[in-house]
Amino acid sequence: MTVGKDVSALFPDVVNCMQTDNLELKKLVYLYLMNYAKNQPDMAIMAVNTFVKDCEDPNPLIRALAVRTMGCIRVDKITEYLCEPLRKCLKDEDPYVRKTAAVCVAKLHDINAQLVEDQGFLDTLKDLISDSNPMVVANAVAALSEIAESHPNSQLLDLNSQTINKLMTALNECTEWGQIFILDSLANYVPKDDREAQSICERVTPRLSHANSGVVLSAVKVLMKFVELLPKDVEYHTTLLKKLAPPLVTLLSAEPELQYVALRNINLIVQKRPEILKHEIKVFFVKYNDPIYVKLEKLDIMIRLASQANITQVLAELKEYATEVDVDFVRKAVRAIGRCAIKVEQSAERCVSTLLDLIQTKVNYVVQEAVVVIKDIFRKYPNKYESIIATLCENLDSLDEPEARAAMIWIVGEYAERIDNADELLESFLEGFHDESTQVQLQLLTAIVKLFLKKPTETQELVQQVLSLATQDSDNPDLRDRGYIYWRLLSTDPVAAKEVVLAEKPLISEETDLLEPTLLEELICHISSLASVYHKPPSAFVEGSRGVATRRLLPARSQSESIESPDLGSQTSHSLSQQPQVIPSQSDLLGDLLNLDLGPPVTVPPGPSTMQTGAYDLLGGGLDSLLGGDIGGTSAMSGGLGGPAVMPSSLGPPAGGGLGDLYELAGGIGMPTGTYVPPKSVWLPAVKAKGLDIQGTFARRQSQICLELLLSNKALQAMADFAIQFNKNSFGLVPASPLQVHAPLMPNQSIEFSIPLNTLGPVMKMDPLNNLQVAIKNNIDVFYFSCLVPINILFVEDGKMDRQVFLATWKDIPNENELQFQIKECSLNADAVSNRLQNNNIFTIAKRNVEGQDMLYQSLKLTNGIWVLAELRIQPGNANYTLSLKCRAPEVSQFVHQAYDSILKS
Amino acid sequence: MIHSLFLLDAAGDVFLEKHWKSPLSRSLCDYYLEAKSSAFSQSGRDAAGKGDQGTTTGGGADTQAVGAAQRLVPPVLATPHHFLVSAERGRVALVAAVREEVSPLFVIEFLHRVADTFQDYFGEVSDTVLKDQVVLVYELLEEMLDNGFPLATESNILHELIRPPTVLRSVVNAVTGSTNVGETLPSGQLSNVPWRRAGVRYSNNEAYFDVIEEIEAIIDTTGSAVAAEIQGVIDACVKLSGMPDLTLSFLNPRLLDDVSFHPCVRYKRWDAERVLSFVPPDGTFRLLSYHVGSQNLVAIPISVRHSLTWGTPGGAQGKLELGLAPRHTLGKVLEAVSMTMPMPQQVSTASLTPSQGTASLDPVSKVLTWEVGKINPQKPPSLRGSISLSPGSLPPDGNPTLSLAFRVPQLAISGLKVTRLDLYGEKYKPFKGVKYVSKAGRFHVRI
Repeated sequence: MTVGKDVSALFPDVVNCMQTDNLELKKLVYLYLMNYAKNQPDMAIMAVNTFVKDCEDPNPLIRALAVRTMGCIRVDKITEYLCEPLRKCLKDEDPYVRKTAAVCVAKLHDINAQLVEDQGFLDTLKDLISDSNPMVVANAVAALSEIAESHPNSQLLDLNSQTINKLMTALNECTEWGQIFILDSLANYVPKDDREAQSICERVTPRLSHANSGVVLSAVKVLMKFVELLPKDVEYHTTLLKKLAPPLVTLLSAEPELQYVALRNINLIVQKRPEILKHEIKVFFVKYNDPIYVKLEKLDIMIRLASQANITQVLAELKEYATEVDVDFVRKAVRAIGRCAIKVEQSAERCVSTLLDLIQTKVNYVVQEAVVVIKDIFRKYPNKYESIIATLCENLDSLDEPEARAAMIWIVGEYAERIDNADELLESFLEGFHDESTQVQLQLLTAIVKLFLKKPTETQELVQQVLSLATQDSDNPDLRDRGYIYWRLLSTDPVAAKEVVLAEKPLISEETDLLEPTLLEELICHISSLASVYHKPPSAFVEGSRGVATRRLLPARSQSESIESPDLGSQTSHSLSQQPQVIPSQSDLLGDLLNLDLGPPVTVPPGPSTMQTGAYDLLGGGLDSLLGGDIGGTSAMSGGLGGPAVMPSSLGPPAGGGLGDLYELAGGIGMPTGTYVPPKSVWLPAVKAKGLDIQGTFARRQSQICLELLLSNKALQAMADFAIQFNKNSFGLVPASPLQVHAPLMPNQSIEFSIPLNTLGPVMKMDPLNNLQVAIKNNIDVFYFSCLVPINILFVEDGKMDRQVFLATWKDIPNENELQFQIKECSLNADAVSNRLQNNNIFTIAKRNVEGQDMLYQSLKLTNGIWVLAELRIQPGNANYTLSLKCRAPEVSQFVHQAYDSILKS
Repeated sequence: MIHSLFLLDAAGDVFLEKHWKSPLSRSLCDYYLEAKSSAFSQSGRDAAGKGDQGTTTGGGADTQAVGAAQRLVPPVLATPHHFLVSAERGRVALVAAVREEVSPLFVIEFLHRVADTFQDYFGEVSDTVLKDQVVLVYELLEEMLDNGFPLATESNILHELIRPPTVLRSVVNAVTGSTNVGETLPSGQLSNVPWRRAGVRYSNNEAYFDVIEEIEAIIDTTGSAVAAEIQGVIDACVKLSGMPDLTLSFLNPRLLDDVSFHPCVRYKRWDAERVLSFVPPDGTFRLLSYHVGSQNLVAIPISVRHSLTWGTPGGAQGKLELGLAPRHTLGKVLEAVSMTMPMPQQVSTASLTPSQGTASLDPVSKVLTWEVGKINPQKPPSLRGSISLSPGSLPPDGNPTLSLAFRVPQLAISGLKVTRLDLYGEKYKPFKGVKYVSKAGRFHVRI
């Protein structure tokens, strides 16, 4: 304002002009006040009187203006005076004033939240949802949503069927912006059955024809979410999906800015329900003057929509794009051809010939990109297109980018037996070994070893050269490690080496670039928001959501009414477990090594050599050898290993994160009994608490964390009005229901009860970690004490890791995080141990017997999603067990050890 | 919701800022400028690296292409504490800062609405005009947004709250001391027809409708359409007294399966009877926009013959031949035809002779433009001549794409036809008119 000049010195003079009848002057004075009141808080008080007077003006325009401006003056002293006029305006007869006042509550909340709550404005605001005027309703909803954002746990916008009805009526009549607010809040509602969902959908559908694209996309969000609830066999389900296509297409004819946002959202929708836009692929064809960000997004969607039916068109387009000007775009287009080949099997042949055509153009970066994707095609369709290798080899010299070089070397190594001069080719790369990037060096090493295993006679020298280059002259630990592994494998047992290095590789799949399903579901709930543009959950980047972010998940349709029903859990986990296990293509550089680590059991014939232990450990997953020592710590390789490790964990049945709570609820029913519950201990003796004796313990029953309390009255008077509160703690534990003591506690009486707890409360790291500070209040006083939470009550039911994930995760966690403990004097055998731990949600994933010792590999998960991996070594005849724990948050290990100890000794 | 709004001029200076919550530093816009400059240098590098045409396509005929090409900054930018949502209009960039999770489309739509309002009030959106009218601009912004929530964005309501500036009014105000600000609550603001003000009176009651269709197409080298669609709008200019209730019916409403309506259109009636029933806003407005897409066949009204050879750099000359001919126009005339073709950077000169109109190659941007004018079906225009590449350069990798602009008056290419307009609720007989026009949207021919 005022082009940067400070005119606050004029404050008193300007305030004098406030009491004018001239509306324009008044408005300008108000504008001035909004800008400078903060600098002159004392002077600003002078204005209060006029504001209060204006709030009573007969002209509603002036009343509204006054209340609006007061809300914008961010001076604490003024806000106190604002309360009374605001209360009056919220009940004003004129809807224009009411709707302005509704917004003012949100402003005030931003300045002083406590004041708003104390004054009961929130309740008044909730009442406004039932106002007769649609604009007032819309503004009340908008204000409430904004306030709710800073209170994620509050039930401010508690929608029920009646309020939904009101909102639906208002939706038809309010302005476009109001419609956006209402639709956005509607998306958070969970309809009670499919009839209600359908009726909401029917009433939202007309919004798809709105001229404002914001309204359209918000409506799409509501429909995409509620369509999940509709039974699939009903005709309405199909009609609804059909209706979604045209508005999405229309969004693409808007300004490029809008197009970009729309495309990002369409990208999500296409991943969730490709059938909606399957006939509309042409609208995603790229125009040469589209901004680059629109072009890339269109390209991505085109590939997602590619199918056998339209692949000819798509390929023709992609080929066209590959001759464009923009280098980035051309590269993406060439990659896209490769992705099509992998996705649509029938088209692979045509894709390969298109790629060959492109290679013939000899445009440097096109050739490089083509080589990279051809490698992927080879991995997807082995032994099919090897005839083109000769053409590729012709272009060897023009490859200067590491990725393309690495891809080419991989091809040469993989098909060494068919390339006559493979050794010469690889040798030529070897000359500049030290100048190559790590990616190329690793690939070269593997390729030469492959070559050696295939043609051992001629290439002995070459392999020795590369091994010595990798192990002796390199300062890269990844490279050295891989070199050593190969070296030892080759020198110990060439047959085993062959089986390891030349093992059959898993086929890559096209779905590598899909978002993981849980994230996708969450993002579908956030269509039209910033989260959908960034494809990240809102909790990951939005500052506004303080405290515990509420995660939204797509509602799932279930036969029974409630969402917590166990049957839903099994359905979901079933559908998840059907997902194919995907190995991302980018990891194939490390493919051979991966195979070696993750592949199905590779048996090694026992040999007499001393090297055997090393090799054995390496394959079996015992990690104390050199491999384990270094792999965990090095970035590049663990990155490569981390890739596949992360994917299956998100697909496999024990999915973490957002579904965790669901599983927790679902899995509880069949819980075997026998959870370890520590005996009650005295937390607060009667002497310290004016006659109240508090004993207690924690338990986990039916997947519910409980606080079990025994209160005894040792005083001479009756006690009543009990209440309990927890301080912030490391795991966010809070009582899920209040302390219910109905009758007063008579002298010398005790009462025992159990309070369910949940972990949705505020989190603060305590010392020690499991410390919990509790306050118990009664009619006499408030008593504080702290107790230690046994960590085993926080172990959740879905803590069982997939075997391969376990292996990969174990390696992925750096070695510094490994802690060893002794469990002394325990006399159970391995099976009994395993059973007892299982009852406490510590799951045994594998059991092995090594040299007479039983090794148990176990996993568990805490309520806050922290995984702990354990290796328990039990020696027969020795009552002392060794426990090694690995966890990304090593602070918890100590407590997990305590839990082990107490569970096993109970 | 929307926290702050910054208006930036072409040089990247913030010339106006407005905060609806606590003020933010204008240095926030540096993120935007940074993204802009990096996008520019990127495109510059590409152009240089490939020795080909850059992103700026010159030529006045295809202004939309220029606008699109200049929009290089992604519309949503993340900064450490805020998100910047931006839109550009003319040479002015509107940058909104938001803190919480909002719908970016809502913000972008709103920014365009702000620009529309400026356009409506001041006739153009430019830094000079906005700086001149700074008081009005602040008053408008204050009315349009409250605490980040849009308040009044309908031009009808705004006109009642704040009267647009005219020369006469500013003289009167200066003399009498009266103001531009309306003293009463706008009547439409709360009614269920917020877009219309009450008590409108005209001596001549008239309602005009323009059916405007834009053909967006990509034609491949063989002349067949890779993709073709029609973006149509019906713009209305309604000057009717009182509270008229209009009904517009079409000969072939089935064409309109993908429509977006002005809020005034009653959706239920459309859904059931396929007629547009509405109480119109006063003045000009967009009644509906529609999209005729891939499901229907689109008749392309023009065909292009072409042949192009590059020759060798510094040596033999290349040849270019282009011919345009109308087709499927139902006897209507193609007007205002023009063609632009961004040539690769290697092209040094071209000597081209058009059979009609003028053709020229811009020596800097290497854009070939050919202003054809009206096409006589008996004498289809053509352009032929030679092009030479600058010595020492590589031959171009690919062929350019040409874009065409044209107009076909009195024809709606989709075949949409309005059959009748009925007026209810008022007694007078209005003067009615419907005009059709088709034109090229983004019409690209690959050669």
